[in-house]
Amino acid sequence: MDGPGRDPSTFPPYLYEAYRATTRRAPKQPLIPLPHTLSEITGPGPALSGALHQTVQGAASAEDSDLTTNMGTGTEAMGERIIVTGRVLDEGGTPLPNTLIEIWQANAAGRYRHRVDQHHAPLDPNFLGYGRCLTTKDGAYRLVTIRPGAYPWQNHPNAWRPAHIHFSLFGSSWVSRLVTQMYFPGDPLQPLDPIFNSVPAAARARLIAQYAHDVTQDGYALGFRFDIVLHGPNATPFEPYETAQRATR
Amino acid sequence: MTRRDLTPPQTVGPFFHGGLLPEAMNVLVTGETAGERIRIEGCVYDGDGAPVSDALVEIWQANAAGRYRHPADRRSAPLDPAFTGFGRAGTDERGFYWLETIKPGRVPFDATRTQAPHLNVFVFARGLLDHLRTRLYFDDERTNTDDPVLRVVPQPRRPTLLAKHQTAGGRVIYRYDVVLQGDGETVFFTL
Repeated sequence: MDGPGRDPSTFPPYLYEAYRATTRRAPKQPLIPLPHTLSEITGPGPALSGALHQTVQGAASAEDSDLTTNMGTGTEAMGERIIVTGRVLDEGGTPLPNTLIEIWQANAAGRYRHRVDQHHAPLDPNFLGYGRCLTTKDGAYRLVTIRPGAYPWQNHPNAWRPAHIHFSLFGSSWVSRLVTQMYFPGDPLQPLDPIFNSVPAAARARLIAQYAHDVTQDGYALGFRFDIVLHGPNATPFEPYETAQRATR
Repeated sequence: MTRRDLTPPQTVGPFFHGGLLPEAMNVLVTGETAGERIRIEGCVYDGDGAPVSDALVEIWQANAAGRYRHPADRRSAPLDPAFTGFGRAGTDERGFYWLETIKPGRVPFDATRTQAPHLNVFVFARGLLDHLRTRLYFDDERTNTDDPVLRVVPQPRRPTLLAKHQTAGGRVIYRYDVVLQGDGETVFFTL
């Protein structure tokens, strides 16, 4: 069950039966609204970004934003090379600088480098499949990778995940935390995918990157743009909290 | 500035370990960290009581003096150079996870009230279309009775937020299971 704080025009419900794994994992009790106290308006984002920033200055390879080479074998990953770029913003449109982004994805054949991935597609010895970067002072990020393949999964007969890249962001506070998936434009598997469809129809386009010819680099890689908007802390009036909670019960 | 629509969340899926746990992140302390050493451990269970072997637990906490390492915490309580306050642990095939940290100090709720010591907890998993947000309190902490957040949780459900004090080989362990659904379902919040 969902409650206030998760706008039903944006957030997928926890229980979405077409995605079978939700049926035994979605909570059934009502969620309880929590005011934004110091615990919620702080968060690990700044400290983690600071630590990574120091590492980046210490060793240029620590900002791991090129997945075509970060396996470190000296040979490039197989697949269609792409550049994914965009900005990370808050709801007010303010760019969020120095924000950590972690990504992971399947290889060009649709296989993850992961022990539970049993799909009989080849592993690419030159593709690790994960990386991370920090946004610039303008909230911009840029990743180089290969376009991931679609892959089958066991949810229903002939189920295939559309091509996607997983994104994890901290933002500036605990309430900003977001884990999501970026999809590609024009993928015919999207309307068949219950994970994609779990998002309310009007909000699904926010998960699809746009092809960006100005990002495409001549003779090198196709460009995609994907902006990400994170929830920010409210200026919550604290005093009425318990009273309001009692009133709703 | 134009108002922007939030990016919706999606499940972390089963293959997050490379991306989110490229190295272990479940030991938050070093020899220099100030505070009472504690171990948090437990299992994540689904609605059938089966262990969830592909969950990720994240914690965020204040240091022993009750200070968060964050620019929004401008109080004078000291920062600990040997403590960040963030940890992450994946579950194994038994649904089991553990973290080594320190017991946090108290932090304010508002201008007049103080919160009982707690960890802020997120749970991610395949089958969770958005992460779950909860808190961990300590069952042997007498300030729990005055905690403004615990007080709004219906009394019968409060124990789901209380980690149980145990000792093993002289070490302090707090047991904190997470039940995603059904009997004993953990209290989850919206932020």
